[in-house]
Amino acid sequence: MCMVCGNFLDSLFTKGLLIDMGVEGLYGRSGIFEDVVERLTALITRIGKDGDAEVIRFPPGMNRKDFERSGYLKGFPQLAGTIHSFEGGDKEHATLLEKLHANVDWTDSQEITDVALMPAACYPLYPVVARRGALPKTGGLYDIYSYCFRHEPSRDPGRMQMFRQREYVRIGTPEQVVAFRELWLQRAQEMIALLEMPFALEVANDPFFGRAGRMMAASQRDQELKFELLIRIDSPENKPTACISFNYHQDHFGANWGIKNEEGATAHTACVGFGMERCTLALFKTHGLDVDLWPHGVRDALWG
Amino acid sequence: MIEAIRALISEHGRLPVPVDSLDDSQDLYASGLTSFAAVQLMLALEDHFEVEFPETMLNRRSFASITAIKTCIEELVPKSAAA
Repeated sequence: MCMVCGNFLDSLFTKGLLIDMGVEGLYGRSGIFEDVVERLTALITRIGKDGDAEVIRFPPGMNRKDFERSGYLKGFPQLAGTIHSFEGGDKEHATLLEKLHANVDWTDSQEITDVALMPAACYPLYPVVARRGALPKTGGLYDIYSYCFRHEPSRDPGRMQMFRQREYVRIGTPEQVVAFRELWLQRAQEMIALLEMPFALEVANDPFFGRAGRMMAASQRDQELKFELLIRIDSPENKPTACISFNYHQDHFGANWGIKNEEGATAHTACVGFGMERCTLALFKTHGLDVDLWPHGVRDALWG
Repeated sequence: MIEAIRALISEHGRLPVPVDSLDDSQDLYASGLTSFAAVQLMLALEDHFEVEFPETMLNRRSFASITAIKTCIEELVPKSAAA
């Protein structure tokens, strides 16, 4: 932490690791910041390489119809983002420019497009897997990495509006996906220990919206469907920040998308998600803003 | 009250089995009640009985069986209205 200004976000700006874009939670990244992100994702790949996961990279937008069918708007309408674009002719264009010039709302000629911003990196995977037909007996294992969007502007550098999630997703029988989550609960703890960061592992819930959401959250906790690995970054409540999450969706996505196991039963799914910016920020918070001064063990794990 | 609860479960619970086949004490989640359907059922119960489930009741236990739901509703509905 910067001992002069005392604020972690400001010290990241001052050091040039993050670049202020004038919107809370929307930042440029420096070469050094990106190098750490890349080294971290390479470390995750090394840890997960024995699984022979299928690598799929989606763009940071997904099919809006798939997004609508995913159920995301039931749980998180407050976080969702959709892409709108200009629809009209010369007359509407002139009106748009007039309004823009007059500094009044110009967006009434914007129409929703077929693209929604990625809410979580694994969301477009499920319809893709469903369209391929029944899974093989071994199920499926996927390596996913994408920018995501969540509408929650904040001065907390650990709560960006646009950030990257690296995920491994397991789809198969309940036994296969539960075993996968157990494996990654262990692996992730070993990884963070290797990076010499103090952490806690806790039962957690997603930030479901409204009163119905409180019931969803309580249900998720009761069943221990979500765990989070927390590391101290700089949250306003001075609580540690969830940097890695371990999610067992039961048959939620399998039933929604009609994903079937070899014998025709609805597939279960689970994912481990690494918040790449959060993990990177945790390293800077724990070991300081100068990567050359990080402990040897940490440097070896990342650059070794 | 039990009949009204059963009717609401039938309408909103999206169970794979008929509600009539369930005992009052049977585990609704084990019978196929999903978390999403439990939320829909909760909202329907609030509408029907004109109550609002407090935070402490917004959990799985409150909706785990027909008896559990009845216990919650009885706690929330004023005595005169329930009579």
